[in-house]
Amino acid sequence: MSASGDLVVVGAGPAGMAAAATALDGGLRVLLVDSGAALGGQFWRHPPQQARHAIPTADLHHGLPTYRALCATLSAHARTGRLTLLLNHHVWTTAREGDGFAVHAMDRSRAPEETAVVLRAPALLVATGAYDRQLPFPGWDLPGVLTIGGLQSLLKGGGVAAGRRVVLGGTGPFLLPVAAALAARGAEVVAVCEAAAPSAWLRHPVPLLRNPAKWVEAARYAGTLARHRVPVRTRTAIVGAEGDGRVAMVRVASLDADGSTLPGTERRIEADTVGVGWGFVPQLDLLIPLGCDLADAGDGTMAAAVDDGQRTGVPGLYAAGETCGVGGAVLAVSEGAIAAVSVLTDLRSPGRPNVRRLAAKHAAVARHRAFARAMAQAHPLPTAWSSWLTDDTLVCRCEEVTAGAVRAASADGSASDHRQVKQLTRAGMGWCQGRMCGPAVHCLVARDQPYAPAERLIATPATLGGLAGLDESTTDHV
Amino acid sequence: MSEFTVDGEPLPFVPGQTLAAALVASGRVAWRTTRLGQRPRGVFCGIGVCFDCLVTIDGTGGQRACLVQARTGMAITTGEGDDECIR
Repeated sequence: MSASGDLVVVGAGPAGMAAAATALDGGLRVLLVDSGAALGGQFWRHPPQQARHAIPTADLHHGLPTYRALCATLSAHARTGRLTLLLNHHVWTTAREGDGFAVHAMDRSRAPEETAVVLRAPALLVATGAYDRQLPFPGWDLPGVLTIGGLQSLLKGGGVAAGRRVVLGGTGPFLLPVAAALAARGAEVVAVCEAAAPSAWLRHPVPLLRNPAKWVEAARYAGTLARHRVPVRTRTAIVGAEGDGRVAMVRVASLDADGSTLPGTERRIEADTVGVGWGFVPQLDLLIPLGCDLADAGDGTMAAAVDDGQRTGVPGLYAAGETCGVGGAVLAVSEGAIAAVSVLTDLRSPGRPNVRRLAAKHAAVARHRAFARAMAQAHPLPTAWSSWLTDDTLVCRCEEVTAGAVRAASADGSASDHRQVKQLTRAGMGWCQGRMCGPAVHCLVARDQPYAPAERLIATPATLGGLAGLDESTTDHV
Repeated sequence: MSEFTVDGEPLPFVPGQTLAAALVASGRVAWRTTRLGQRPRGVFCGIGVCFDCLVTIDGTGGQRACLVQARTGMAITTGEGDDECIR
């Protein structure tokens, strides 16, 4: 199957939904593609439409009025036929084709069946979001240890609390909504271990003062956690998980200023489930092979470099939301709308929105980007986190490469970045292609630079059988 | 009632849940072992990035349980080696 339009949007999260809605309102024909079963991405992850009565999740969400308004706009455009919505479609590669782009996806709505799909348009917006950044620790690969995003996806997408006694750890404000959601679904959250010191926020009063909505959000979570008696421990980290076949015990310890554990502070907590997240890594798999430049996002990761209209340096290629640096859903919605206005402008479409509304969006982006920078500085990776690892701690979960092996590869100077470590040790060569261990391997060998992922020409596995079904002779592209 | 089977045993699910959500709701935390150390694996990232939660669906291996919507009558098999698809 193939289809074409004026704009392909990859990712139907906050940025992609807002971009598609704005572009459609401006008169463009839009193809919106996402691997999920419903609109919303990770932040607004929902069960499929027909399952929402059986799996109620509205109380776990934030900003739902915006989500519902965007859904209504997109539905209206789907009825007129100008929006082609492709859920359960996994984009595995993109290519330049003439003056535009060919976006190759697999329709996996009847998985494991795969049907190849090609989408063509002169403009491409990549709004593929981000995923949890992980730092390894002894026992982190035991069953029952999940990313906090994984815990949240099971809650929001399936109505399932993954454990009964849960300890969360890592850094950043995302720990709080996940703790609140678990508590709301009956799990006992025994501790939330935040590695940062709350006083770090006092060094950034201006971004805080200019974003009062963030206070309200934080206060709401604090209220939920207080009601469920969930203790939040700052300057504390999960430094180990133990159990036979699944996690049964968590080791937590207080941290000193550089992130080393303070002697004598380690405690053992019984738990059947652990959730860990150290901020996020932008999902750049589609952007890097297209030649998109990257920029330091300020949180130890590289993100897509864009101008103030969300244009990358590649003509016709746009990026919005977490791909441009992690900053939250409100920012993503504004960036998505701005990106769509740039597409309308660049394609010389008559349907551009009014200037005043656009100026307000730019002001919102500036405000939220400043907040994101302050957040990154207030919630850094602890400098000494690797001191929590023993030589036999797994770093690469897929290829089972230990911290000792990674250290040995870099000790004699033979490997100075994660690509060289991969060649020497196989770390990052397995199923996930380094998406999980890459940031950690990078920190172990080159911590002073932000992490840039390896170029991955195939963004998600596709079978030869699925590709063989791509019969371009039956295409309907116009 | 909606059901699929896991290694021959029926497992109920709520339509709209992924295979991983249904497996976790049933109390399962691991259903695969790694190639070298035979370490147990289940859901880790929950959003299709880590590939820990692989299962075989109706005979096709290497499927991420966290991404596939459960459907009545699916036959899930677990615990098989994960190396057949990449080597």
